[in-house]
Amino acid sequence: MNWWVLIAFVAAMLVLRWRRVGILTWVAAWLVGLYLVLNYVFVVPVPVSVIKIYMGIVSLSLFAFVLTDSQRMTEFWQPIQAFVVEPRYRPLLALVALAIPALVAFRIYADMTATPQAPFFARTVHPAPPDSIIVHDSELALGTADNPYRDLETSNPEEFKERLEKGRAVYYLNCFYCHGDLMAGAGMYAHALNPIPTNFQDPGTIAMLREAFLYWRIAKGAPGMPEEGGPWQSAMPAWESFLTEEEMWNVILFLYDFTGYQPRAVELH
Amino acid sequence: MSRKPPVLPILLGVLAMVAVIVASFKFLTTFDDKMAFKSPVRSEASVEAAETPRSQALRESSELAAAKELEKPYEEAEYRAVPRIGSRVAIWIVAQLHLLFAAFVLAVPIFALIIEFIGYRTGDERYDKLAYEFTKLLSASFSFTATLGAGLTFMLIILYPKFTNYLMSVFSPTFLPYVLLFFAEAGFLYSYYYGWGKFSPRVHLFLGLMLNVVGTALMFIANAWLTFMSTPAGIAESGALISTWDAITNYTWMPINIHRIIANVAFGGSIAAAYAAFQFLQAKTDEERAHYDWMGYMGNFVAICGLLPLPFAGYWLASEIYAFSQTMGLTMMGGAFSWLFIIQAILIGNLFLFANWYLWLGMGRIKGAERYRSFIWPMLVVITICFAIWATPRSILSTTEEVQAMGGSSHPMLGYLGVMSAKNTAVNILILTTFLSFVLYRRSGKIPTVSWAKQANFVQFLIFAGAATTVIGYGIAGYFVDAKTRIGFSVPQVGSVLAALVLVTLIDVFLLRNAETAETNWGKIRPISQYLLIMLAVTFTWLMGLMGYVRAGLRQHWHVFGVIRDTSVDAFTPSLGFATKVVSFTVLVFFLLIGFIFYLTGLTNKKSYQAIKDLTPRDVPGEPQVTPGLSAASSGATAMNAASGMPAGASGYSAAGHDSNPTLKT
Repeated sequence: MNWWVLIAFVAAMLVLRWRRVGILTWVAAWLVGLYLVLNYVFVVPVPVSVIKIYMGIVSLSLFAFVLTDSQRMTEFWQPIQAFVVEPRYRPLLALVALAIPALVAFRIYADMTATPQAPFFARTVHPAPPDSIIVHDSELALGTADNPYRDLETSNPEEFKERLEKGRAVYYLNCFYCHGDLMAGAGMYAHALNPIPTNFQDPGTIAMLREAFLYWRIAKGAPGMPEEGGPWQSAMPAWESFLTEEEMWNVILFLYDFTGYQPRAVELH
Repeated sequence: MSRKPPVLPILLGVLAMVAVIVASFKFLTTFDDKMAFKSPVRSEASVEAAETPRSQALRESSELAAAKELEKPYEEAEYRAVPRIGSRVAIWIVAQLHLLFAAFVLAVPIFALIIEFIGYRTGDERYDKLAYEFTKLLSASFSFTATLGAGLTFMLIILYPKFTNYLMSVFSPTFLPYVLLFFAEAGFLYSYYYGWGKFSPRVHLFLGLMLNVVGTALMFIANAWLTFMSTPAGIAESGALISTWDAITNYTWMPINIHRIIANVAFGGSIAAAYAAFQFLQAKTDEERAHYDWMGYMGNFVAICGLLPLPFAGYWLASEIYAFSQTMGLTMMGGAFSWLFIIQAILIGNLFLFANWYLWLGMGRIKGAERYRSFIWPMLVVITICFAIWATPRSILSTTEEVQAMGGSSHPMLGYLGVMSAKNTAVNILILTTFLSFVLYRRSGKIPTVSWAKQANFVQFLIFAGAATTVIGYGIAGYFVDAKTRIGFSVPQVGSVLAALVLVTLIDVFLLRNAETAETNWGKIRPISQYLLIMLAVTFTWLMGLMGYVRAGLRQHWHVFGVIRDTSVDAFTPSLGFATKVVSFTVLVFFLLIGFIFYLTGLTNKKSYQAIKDLTPRDVPGEPQVTPGLSAASSGATAMNAASGMPAGASGYSAAGHDSNPTLKT
């Protein structure tokens, strides 16, 4: 985060408060300030769609803030009314009148000269799995399937440990090049991929999924992804061509063990 | 003086017109006959006698076709199409309109009965009149609901005959009870409405109760049909029926029943409030404004009461969908439909903001509310932050460059606000804040007289603080536990909020008993508040439309999920843009229709045609006869009577011994 931008914003708002500026200035300062914060505080830029959502919410709230109190509303409109009506502001008013079409023209110019971008595609990161898949000639119902070795965690901890070790081997022989040694999606090949590989440490990924879902993603990879998941945007191989079923279940055990997350359980009615 | 119509010229005119038509027809047929092709070789007679090979072949082929038509076997159509828009969109619009009206017709009797009961218990006629005013909206709405329901049934039979036939075979035992209940519903509804003031209060309340019981039973039956389509039960894999009862009590039946009852109340309250706002903005006198301001407040109060527990019912429904099918759950929350939940979050955020805003504006009409004004901006800040968190998507709509910069579709920092822990925390704090707004509104203009007031205030503060701490604490902890535990955290979060709602209300009831109450100037509220009420109603309706689409659309290419496949040309999930356009169109049509109902209902308040004719020019409607010095507050129950269109003495309740001060109390 760029802390200096944030500190500058807070300082500017405090100064405005201390100077007891009018309500119009206060509202304008909030809007401009927040826009700058959203654009420049985060090292990784915030997408325009989110900035629009946030600015819309804040504008609505500021609108509510002004209109809830009649005195505040009068204070808000007074400078605008004066600016439009009083003769002393006429030159400025003329400037504003010219600036509006100029801004529109500039916007059109900017849009026309913008670098062409690939068409937008709302990729679904966790697309819905099919009801069942066939891996190595055996059918698996994804809605009810669970890791066949998960029970060993309590029934036979020794064997579970062995399976974890086998899973570790599978991971470091096959997966870590992209998903990284810490499973944070930062492997040595990750920077060549777009989008980057999944970060398993993120609580929004494997922590909220069932093991059968992971099995589906590993076995079928990008080629087996439904349209909404944008299969052409993922470099994930279909690992069923290289790994046995047992190896895939073992590596899933290892993913959860390493990250410390528990898989989502199969819910019963 | 009226003139006699000129009969003879009119008759002559009609005769002349008929003559011209006949002459034109004769002329055209003669002309056509003369211009027709005549064979240069054969005479007409010889043509008739000797058939050419071509005409013979044509005749034989048409005879053969006719014979084939007669032998044609009966085939049941699987689908039929609606031109241009297609069957799915046609059914979608009609079903949604029917559901919106049905929701309103089921909701209004619930709170009308409660308000009438309050009036009966307290003897306060104003509540009785308010309940009557709400009920007035029912009569035309019920007819619209029934008409749209019949339309929906016909369209299902015509457009989806095979599938409808299957549904009928599964649910055949439910149809006769449904028809009988519908008949009973009509009986109870009209006797409740027309019998206002004609029966003893207890009989009338009983009619209202039965209206609600029957209406709810009707909804439960219809819910069985639609929930079965999404989460089927009681059938074999082939679709063959095993148990109708199991088909009824499928996974999502009870969650939908509960969710719909609560949502209907919220929706119905908001529509009734919009009606009051509509009348308020048209009101000519202070008395009318006072009445409709109060009605709008009560409608909004009902809507908020429904809105607060609604997210909890929604969670239950969603978890049952997930439990039924992981595929369906993921399609809903992480797949194709997840983007609609961002729109949902924005709409619900708007609902909370508008509801609070209305309450804050309402404080302006209460003397003594000034002391709570300083609470408004902190509550607004909390609402804004929670709203922003709730609307933050996990997977963000982004350009290719933005995806590249983020390394995926999730922002490395804001992505943390897109997960369940953050969302649950945000919505619970939103609910708490809205409740706080309401508590402060209720406190405005009231000074407790009990000796333990300070201690009670402190305890209430502790309850609020405790609930907020619990919600935020579990929200943060949710980031560090597994999914199952995290889902389990929503229980203490919801529990603490519900406990706070109940405990604070209980304390308030005793605290404000015999409190010194300042005057509330009903009608003295800024017009923007009324537009907020209308916005609330529109937002509620839009939200219902969108969420209804999600619930039904989750089946994707199935009529009955996993059992009966949709093989029609519409067996695909429409784009979100298209879906929102259809929903928006439906909402627009609904408001045109409900606007017509508002107009019809408003007619009952107007003077009769004869009465207007008999008025002297001085009494022309639209020229309010306001006695100088008569404030909104001083017109009293007479004004309420006039504004509600209720005949004097119609309530049947005695107002003796009750507050006859026309100033309404909160």
